[in-house]
Amino acid sequence: MRLFLHELRVQQVLFWRNREAAFFSFLFPIILLLVLGSVYSEPIEGVQASTYLLVGLIGYGIAATAFAGLAITLVVRRETGLLKRVRGTPLGPGTYLGAVIGSEVIVIALQVVAQLLVGRLLFDADWPRAPGSFAFAVALGAAALAALGIAVTALVRSAEGSSAVVNAIYLPMAFISGAFFSTQEMPAFLEAISEILPLTHLLDVIRSTFVAGEGLGASTGDIAGVAVWGLLGLVVAVRMFRWAPREGITSG
Amino acid sequence: MTAIEVAGLRKSYGAREVLHGISFEVRTGEVFALLGPNGAGKTTTVEILEGYRARDAGDVRVLGQDPGRPAPHIRARIGIVLQSSAVYQLLSVQEIVELFAGYYPSPRSPAEVIELVGLGERRDARVRTLSGGQLRRLDLALALVGDPELVFLDEPTTGFDPAARRQAWETIRDLRSLGKSILLTTHYMEEAHRLADRVAILRRGEIVGTGSPRELLAGHAGVEIRFRRNGREVVIDTEEPTRVLNELTGKALAEGVELEGLEVHRRTLEDVYLELTREARE
Repeated sequence: MRLFLHELRVQQVLFWRNREAAFFSFLFPIILLLVLGSVYSEPIEGVQASTYLLVGLIGYGIAATAFAGLAITLVVRRETGLLKRVRGTPLGPGTYLGAVIGSEVIVIALQVVAQLLVGRLLFDADWPRAPGSFAFAVALGAAALAALGIAVTALVRSAEGSSAVVNAIYLPMAFISGAFFSTQEMPAFLEAISEILPLTHLLDVIRSTFVAGEGLGASTGDIAGVAVWGLLGLVVAVRMFRWAPREGITSG
Repeated sequence: MTAIEVAGLRKSYGAREVLHGISFEVRTGEVFALLGPNGAGKTTTVEILEGYRARDAGDVRVLGQDPGRPAPHIRARIGIVLQSSAVYQLLSVQEIVELFAGYYPSPRSPAEVIELVGLGERRDARVRTLSGGQLRRLDLALALVGDPELVFLDEPTTGFDPAARRQAWETIRDLRSLGKSILLTTHYMEEAHRLADRVAILRRGEIVGTGSPRELLAGHAGVEIRFRRNGREVVIDTEEPTRVLNELTGKALAEGVELEGLEVHRRTLEDVYLELTREARE
């Protein structure tokens, strides 16, 4: 536990010290909110446009920071040998990955608060109607997508390729899941894919708690969907995560 | 007491066997140097001992434990300097040593360790502004901050200027005098000769020589005498340099000729090393 808290602090220091990465992964969803919030004004699916957008961009922000940003960061740390060095300390692998996920939950919490404030102050969006359930949904989503972000690093071979691979996964996912617009008019095959994706389930829970003000009981199916994806990510992460760079095995 | 025991260690990458059953031991409190040309298997050996790589066969004990079976507490008792590995670029020297100190149950004072490796003046510098040699010293600081009993140093002074190398040697001697056991790999024979209590020379995954530097030298003729006669190079290996030189110079004086380019050279560890590893380079 002491090591977990220590590593959580380390991860926080590292995230905020890297201003470039913090800027892009933290502020980008907020900038999108500013841009899109100025474009849409008609109600979408019967919901005030700014609130509808806010909900979508909260989901997008979770995927961008906890999944994409984390995956790229971890690949870079792995390929430069940083993770290998950490592995040589008494810090256990589970504690490290747990702290990484915990750190993402903290970052996401702050990011969502910032989005709520921007949405409220600039676009007159609503506050979440069921704040407690909404907070739970955000935390669950952040943890699940962080676990998937760790898992996806197993697919990436090099630091150079990491953003290409990660973007190719999370950007289409954000579109198909309906983070940016309503999915009601999507072709059937996309809708079928959409129904499986973790972000779709997460957006449904967030919408239900934020817009309709329903408790968690109203979306147990979607909560289970997010949790199953999270557990899947965790299993792959634990089994396939690599700590050392791919290197010439011929070296001395 | 032994810090490390290795018996019949084998490792293959695919079909290529890179360690053919090597055996050696590192005694508690000694500096042990693993020498060998590139590709001899030094890093593979060290990384198996550090727990980074799995072995195919053989018995390995590090501080009495099998490094192939993760026992987190053992990592609190060893310090590792990898051959190459980055550190968080955006932190300062002081910050990063403090963060790593937090991983260990009873760390040394970060400020003290930073002084020990000679980075005191760079304490507040961001890691990315450090020179290559300074980064290597930071590596050493991170390996020492947990106050380990056993320290692995994989080519710790590669890229150092002569002054920095001397300073690193001092640090390693200090560690030894504190009773730490040290396993060192190096390309520099002078480094091994000056630091190591015992060395093992690795060639193509086999140990071809082992013992103290003195013992290794003893197996080979002591002094090499070179000069030119009629433009041809003459080399004499001898364990009785005084007598041989006396004869040579006496004869030359009597004939009134000069022994051109006369050199007398005590055989070094490097000579023995080159001899033992020659086949590998051809």
